[in-house]
Formats: sequence, structure tokens, C-alpha cells
Amino acid sequence: MDALVSLFRDSWHWAAGTSFGVALVISVLFIVAFISVWAMFGVWLERKASADFQVRLGPMEVGPHGLLQSLADGLKLAFKEDLVPKDADRFLFVFAPAVAFCGAFAAFVAIPFSPAFNVVDVDLGVFFVIAITAIGVIGVLMAGWSSNNKWSLYGAMREAAQLVSYEIPSALALMIPVLVTGSLGLRSIVEFQCMPSDGDLKAASLVYLSPNGWLALYSPWTLVAFIVYYVASLAECKRAPFDLPEAESELVAGFHTEYSGLRFSFFFLEEYGMMFVVSAVATAVFLGGWQPLPWLSINFATLGFVGHLLAVGVFLAKTIFLVWVQIWMRWTLPRLRVDQVMVMGYKYLIPITLVALTMMACYVAYGIRYVPGIG
Amino acid sequence: MADAVTTAPSSSSPARTFILPGDPLRPPDTHVDVRTQELQINMGPQHPSTHGVLRVAIWVDGEIVTRADPDIGYLHRCAEKIGESVTNIQYVPYTDRYDYLAAMNNNLGYCLAVERIAEVEVPERAQYIRTIAVELNRIASHLMAVGTYGLDVGAFTPFFYAFREREEILRILEWICGARLTYNFIRIGGVMRDAPEGWIPDILKFLDLFESRLDEFNDLLTHNHIFVQRTANVGVITLEDALAYGITGPMLRGSGLRYDLRREAPYLLYDRFEFDVPIGTGIKGQVGDCWDRYWVRILEMRESARIVRQAITQMPAGEIMAKNVRHLAFKSKPGEGYLGTENPRGELGYYLISEGQPNSYRSRIRAPSFCNLSILGKLLPGTMLADAVAIIGSTDIVLGEVDR
Repeated sequence: MDALVSLFRDSWHWAAGTSFGVALVISVLFIVAFISVWAMFGVWLERKASADFQVRLGPMEVGPHGLLQSLADGLKLAFKEDLVPKDADRFLFVFAPAVAFCGAFAAFVAIPFSPAFNVVDVDLGVFFVIAITAIGVIGVLMAGWSSNNKWSLYGAMREAAQLVSYEIPSALALMIPVLVTGSLGLRSIVEFQCMPSDGDLKAASLVYLSPNGWLALYSPWTLVAFIVYYVASLAECKRAPFDLPEAESELVAGFHTEYSGLRFSFFFLEEYGMMFVVSAVATAVFLGGWQPLPWLSINFATLGFVGHLLAVGVFLAKTIFLVWVQIWMRWTLPRLRVDQVMVMGYKYLIPITLVALTMMACYVAYGIRYVPGIG
Repeated sequence: MADAVTTAPSSSSPARTFILPGDPLRPPDTHVDVRTQELQINMGPQHPSTHGVLRVAIWVDGEIVTRADPDIGYLHRCAEKIGESVTNIQYVPYTDRYDYLAAMNNNLGYCLAVERIAEVEVPERAQYIRTIAVELNRIASHLMAVGTYGLDVGAFTPFFYAFREREEILRILEWICGARLTYNFIRIGGVMRDAPEGWIPDILKFLDLFESRLDEFNDLLTHNHIFVQRTANVGVITLEDALAYGITGPMLRGSGLRYDLRREAPYLLYDRFEFDVPIGTGIKGQVGDCWDRYWVRILEMRESARIVRQAITQMPAGEIMAKNVRHLAFKSKPGEGYLGTENPRGELGYYLISEGQPNSYRSRIRAPSFCNLSILGKLLPGTMLADAVAIIGSTDIVLGEVDR
């Protein structure tokens, strides 16, 4: 967005006064468009991937290989009757999908797609993403409570318990790269990974080696952090094997049992938005963002606009791969039981992350990277 | 075994680890100002994991089930009364409709019972074709059971793998009788049709493929760590309980008793085949837990495949229909009797009284699902809601048979 603001200020003098507002509107519209297109693509990917795992074809009729199926489904949802159960708390019921969607939507603001392409480079990017995505759970609670349906209530309570439990390991895991890079900004974490040996990003040649490399491979403890973050993020997105809040075989459809039409589609958007957000954060923080290979960077800025597109492409490719792994897990694994989910969070993930965080702090303090004594 | 039947069911199964409200062992609630109450929820009759129109009224304390009441009867179709008002020959298609996942086995049980009262000799070739058909149907039924069990614990993909195999069996059975689900293939006095050309080699080809794919299925689901976590030590049925509640079939064998009617009271030509009767041994947890019941079904599919192979090699040429059955449309021999056969779900028994009419004076069906279901009220309290789903799934009931 900063780039847009300066573009307006420099190119059109008449727009200078309103440049912030205009840039804001354009950015928001861009996110809305992106998240909608992404959700359609994500649903299509999920259906195609699951079909591959399950010896089926998946959608084939609408568009080439069913690419437009999600569009057709979205249209169908938009034209459905707007149902609110008679005994529901109408205000909360209507408001809940918006709140749930809000968290995933707002988190897109902070994601650095390329060296120049992110809406706002939030200094506290990591913190912002953790905080803003947690808003979604309020929407889910509202939905479950207001539906006046016991299954919905169960789904909402499970979601709240699960999200609160898994915020801790995921936030702790994200603190480990923060320790290493000394920054909470998502973009500066990516830049740390792309940093050439002389420390001057702008002067780097087109293809150069960066000694830090992807943070997932930076040290054993960052690898642990990556794995913990990925597992915890599955739970935060309500994805299998942690899909208890909407466990079909137990809770019918969980917290969105009573929802239909466009409101239901907002929960859908939220789920796919969250999948993208957590994968994008993992990409930026652990997998080098727009750095194509570990330890091998490209100075995209020298390529101009094409370079930025390439950088966005690299970033999206990694993110979509991580999303695909989420899909892969969902269609392979059975579901955990609610107490097993809690056991896994509190008895395994949190202690493991705490140990990794402590060790990483020692490593950083003593300047060790891999094994004490070697490097 | 007779002693064990008279033993009173043990008061607690070892799987219960939660202390229910009202138990003196339960610590007093610390927050007296917060009123909590049990929540009563209806699982079913329209619920994804009750496998039909079963309603289980469940009382829950948080996630823990304190009381469960299975409520049946939503699919009652007066099956026994119909059995008395239509002739025995006309009644065979109705038997398809109880356990619609194992229709061949239902046909067989009824036909055997009628034949025994009417003293009809069934030609040997017909008996072999019957064996092949019912064992293939048993595999199909168990595939459905293990596939949907995967669904119950949240694994979607194994279901499709199971259905791929089941589809092959349905194709084979459709080939010989023209129907995929309600076959009406086994008739009083024999079978409807001789094996068509190419049918036998096709079965052998399928069996070869099936046994390798079963290994794949085991890798995907059976030994999956999460699956084992969800099913081992859950819903343990002790042998005393199983006998006291009249549980039969894979559920009884899962509790550790080697009891199979094909072995204990052989009908057809089962005494000519070599096969094992697998039982639950508590490999992953305790004997009689959900995983054991599931595992028994997996092993039984292999045994059924073995039986089919032997039946194919032993099958002689000859007639497929007894000569002296035409008169059964007009009259029958007076008499009464009970015959139990081993259905995929347990002992399917027909108790028929004939007074010489073409129809039965009394036709009573002992449906295995009905008896197996009866233990739910005892198993569910003290488990978690998710376990309740896993336990209901492990009983592998078919509601058409429960309600009849």
C-alpha cells in the first residue's frame, strides 16, 4: 500500500491529498478479490486432490477439469434462501459469519507476497497475524451459541477450546524465528533469510547465495519450530486431524449446522482464507518467502515488474504447496478425539516448543547455529 | 459356555476412565454458584453416523456420555407378519430387505430353514454356488462395515477404497443374478441360475486383486496410529457381557470366543472347507475393544476369500435346483424348527412353524443386529461423545434388520 500511496503522490498531484484513502480502497478491494478467487481455487484444489486420493475424478463438468465448479457452487449459495432458525438469536446469528471472516481477511494485510508487494508492512507482523486471526473464534462462538442447536454449541465450544490451546504452541513456535532474526516484521524476517553475505540486499547480483537460508533449515530448533507451527496451524484452521469443531460423523456439521446460503459461504471463505494465511505465514517465516531455493536467492528488484510477479509466483507456489499438504493430511488421517487433541497440545507441543525456544535463545546468545562446537 | 451365560454381566467395563456425576468418588464441584446440568441430545434418527434411522438419546456431561438410550423402530415393516401371510416361496424376496448389505445371507438362512422343514435335498452344485455367493456377499458387507467405520472416526479416503472393492463384488453378483443389492438369488431348493460362462475365472481374478488391496487398506487405516488411538481400549465388551447380551458374529469373536456357526453347526458344505475363525486377541489394546471387532472383520474377509477359492476348486457339475420343490407353492410338510446361520453380523436365525400350508403359521426372525445393538445402553455411558460414535460404528448394525 505504501507503494500505491507514493505512486499516487508522485504521478497525480491532484490525488495527493486523497492518496491514502484511494490506496486503502484499492488495497481492500484487491484483498477481497484475491481471497474470493483463492477460496474458489482452494475449494477446487481440495476437491481435485481428494478425488485423486480416493480414486475418483472430482468435478469435471463445469469448465476444463471442473475449474469453474466453485464459481457455480458459489452462485448457487448466493441465490439460496436466507434462513434464520426461528429460535435463534437473530442479531448474533446474522453477525457471526462476518466476524469469523474478519480475522482471516484482515490477516492478509500483513502478508509479504514479494519485496514490494504487501498491503502494509506491519512492524509487528507476526504479532498482528496471531492476534487478528484469533478474532475468528469469536465469530464461531457466536455462531454456535446463537444457532440454538446443541450440535452447533458443541462445535463452537470445541473450537474455542482447541483454538485457545493451540494458539500457545503456534505463537511460541513463531517466537523462535523472531529470536533469530530479531524482528517481528514478516517482511524483515523474509529479508533476513534472503540476506547476502555482505548484508546489502539492494546491491546484490541477480542470483546470489544467502548464508542464512530458509529459517526452517537454519538450525535444528527452527526446524522443530516449523513442524510445531505447522501442526498447530492445522488445529487453528480446524483442519483434519483436528477438525473436531465440524466433525461430520459426530456433530453433524458443528458450529455451522444451521447456516445456509451466503452466510454458510462466509464460513467457507474463512476456512480457506485461514488455510492460506497460516500457510503464507509459514512460507514467509520458515520457508524463505520469495527465496526460490534454500540459500539461493534472486534479486527480484533488478527485474522490475516481471521480477515482482516472479517473486509473487514463488511465494504463492510455496504457500499452495503447504495448503496442498494440509489437504493431503485431511484426506489421509482419521480424526483425533477431543481429549487427545488437548493432550497433544498441552503435553507435547507446548513442552517441545518451550525447550526449542530455550535452546534457541542459548544458541543465539552464544552464536551457535547447528551443533555446539561445529557451527 | 453355558455357565458363562448364566453369569451376571460385570458391573463395569475396564475402559471407563471417567467418574460420572453422582459417583461418590467424584470430587465436589468447586464453583457452587454455577449451575450445571446434563444436556440431552438426540443422535439420530437423522445423523451421519447412526448408519440408518437409529435414534440414540444421549445424556452428556460436557463431552462425556452419562446415559444412552437406543431408540429403534423407525424402519419397522412388519417383516415377520408378512412372512406368515405370503407363501414361503413368495417370502424369499422380502428376506433381502432386512440386512440389505448381506441379502444373499438372508436368502440362504430362510431357504435353508424352509428346506429343512420341507425335507428338500439341494443338489451339490447349487450348494457350492450358494457358498460362493454368500461368502462374496460377506466380503462386500464387511467392506462396507470397515469403510464406514473409517468414516465414523473421521477418515474419509479408506471408505472409497473399500467401496472400490465392494463395487467389484456387486458387479460379480449382478452378473449371476441381475441385481446389485437385493438379489433374491438363492431360492427354496437351489439357486436361481447356474454360473454363467466366465464368472468363475472373474471371481478368481478379483480375489487375487482383493487380497493385495486389503494389505493396502491395512496400511492406510488399520495400523494408522490415530485410528488405533481412537479405537483401541474403547468400548470394551467383556466375554461375559457379550454372552449375557446374546451378542454374536464378529462382535462376539472380537471379545475372544471362537464361535462361528459355520464351524459349530455346519450348514451347506462348510465342513468340507478349511478356514480359520479369527478372534480378537487385544493386539492393540484390550480383548473386545473396537479395534478387535474391526480387526476380526478384516481377517474374516481373508477367510471368506479362502472359502470361495476352495468352493471353486471343489465345485462339481450337475443340477442347480432340487426336483421336488414345485409342490411347495401349494402345500408343505407340517413341522417347526429353528435354523441359525452365520450372517456377516452374527447369528441370523429363522424359527418357522408350518401347518402344511404353503405359508408359515409363524415366522420369527432372530436378527443379529437387534441383539448386538442391545449392549449400546451399557457400553456408551462413561465414554466420550466421539467414542460413542466409534462404538456405534463398531457394532456394524443394519437398521433394516434391527427393526425388520
